[in-house]
Amino acid sequence: MNTHDYATRDLEIHGWTVRVTSYATGGRYHASVESVDVGARFARADGATREEAESIALDKARERLARTPRR
Amino acid sequence: MAQTQTAIPIEQRGYADPRVLVSTEWVAGHLNDPNVRIVEVDVDTTSYDQGHVPGAVGWNWSTQLCDPVVRDIIPQAQFARLMGESGIGNDTTVVLYGDNNNWFAAWAFWQLKIYGHENVVLMDGGRKKWLEEGRELSMEPAAVAPRSYTANPPDLSLRAFLPDVQAVVTSRSASLVDMRSPQEFTGEILSPPGLPETCQRGGHIPGAANIPWGKVCNEDGTFKTADELRAIYEGAGVTPDRPVITYCRIGERSSHSWFVLKYLLGYGDVRNYDGSWTEWGNLVGAPVEKP
Repeated sequence: MNTHDYATRDLEIHGWTVRVTSYATGGRYHASVESVDVGARFARADGATREEAESIALDKARERLARTPRR
Repeated sequence: MAQTQTAIPIEQRGYADPRVLVSTEWVAGHLNDPNVRIVEVDVDTTSYDQGHVPGAVGWNWSTQLCDPVVRDIIPQAQFARLMGESGIGNDTTVVLYGDNNNWFAAWAFWQLKIYGHENVVLMDGGRKKWLEEGRELSMEPAAVAPRSYTANPPDLSLRAFLPDVQAVVTSRSASLVDMRSPQEFTGEILSPPGLPETCQRGGHIPGAANIPWGKVCNEDGTFKTADELRAIYEGAGVTPDRPVITYCRIGERSSHSWFVLKYLLGYGDVRNYDGSWTEWGNLVGAPVEKP
């Protein structure tokens, strides 16, 4: 199987710039969220549509960013 | 296949040793090459199961490339067993790739060099570029015929330990380079969001220059040209005439930059301090710089 519908966009959550990446394989969409400054992916989800996958991944991202204390 | 930015061919980028990188196109053309073993190593250890380069085996950095009891890389015998069980012989060309622009693929590369494996390369752009280009993925585990493998004793000239770094802090006899994000370097955060390995104190090792690992990559994950890389490091005072020690949080981002300095730029003496900030930032009484 091949990947298709690869897309990225940047958002700001809790003061962090994050990049949301999503693509489809085998009829499922996969989404991930990375911190742009750090360059590391920290939330991921799958879904039947791009919107579903991104929504779940972004919920996880919001929760993890809220738990990352700044000093 | 999807179009991505046009990258300068690897052999035209001016690298000191261009043989350590292969393109996604090259990998796509060697999926069935019996002399090549492709290995995926990710930060997110579940990525392999969501689809991988056909024929690739997956290594879990946290269980297969680390000693599970002592904080250390795997010992020589365990390394040889992993290589053999992965279908890798001493003459096999190992192609490493992974997520986050090859963070842990570079860490695996560093370990393969420590144990003397000659033919090892990174896939330029890593998993991200493979996906972005719409290339084929497989959900099937690789069919592997085990091979016999002999590992060399560890080459510790590639690795820095705590006493080495402590000596450098005093003597300033080497360049210390911190590959973490500016927020980690300044102590604003202790670790990146969602990554569990942390420490008691924030800041950086005295005298270190902050050159975040991602500066060496293009938007598509490929490495920048040698001229661009030289400008980044030499612009921060990290020059080839002095030894260099790289560090980050647990040693994976710094192995990525170690790879750049040693192989793409040809610096003669580069060591990766894999104890990194999770060692230094937990030491009682260790000096810390924090603006």
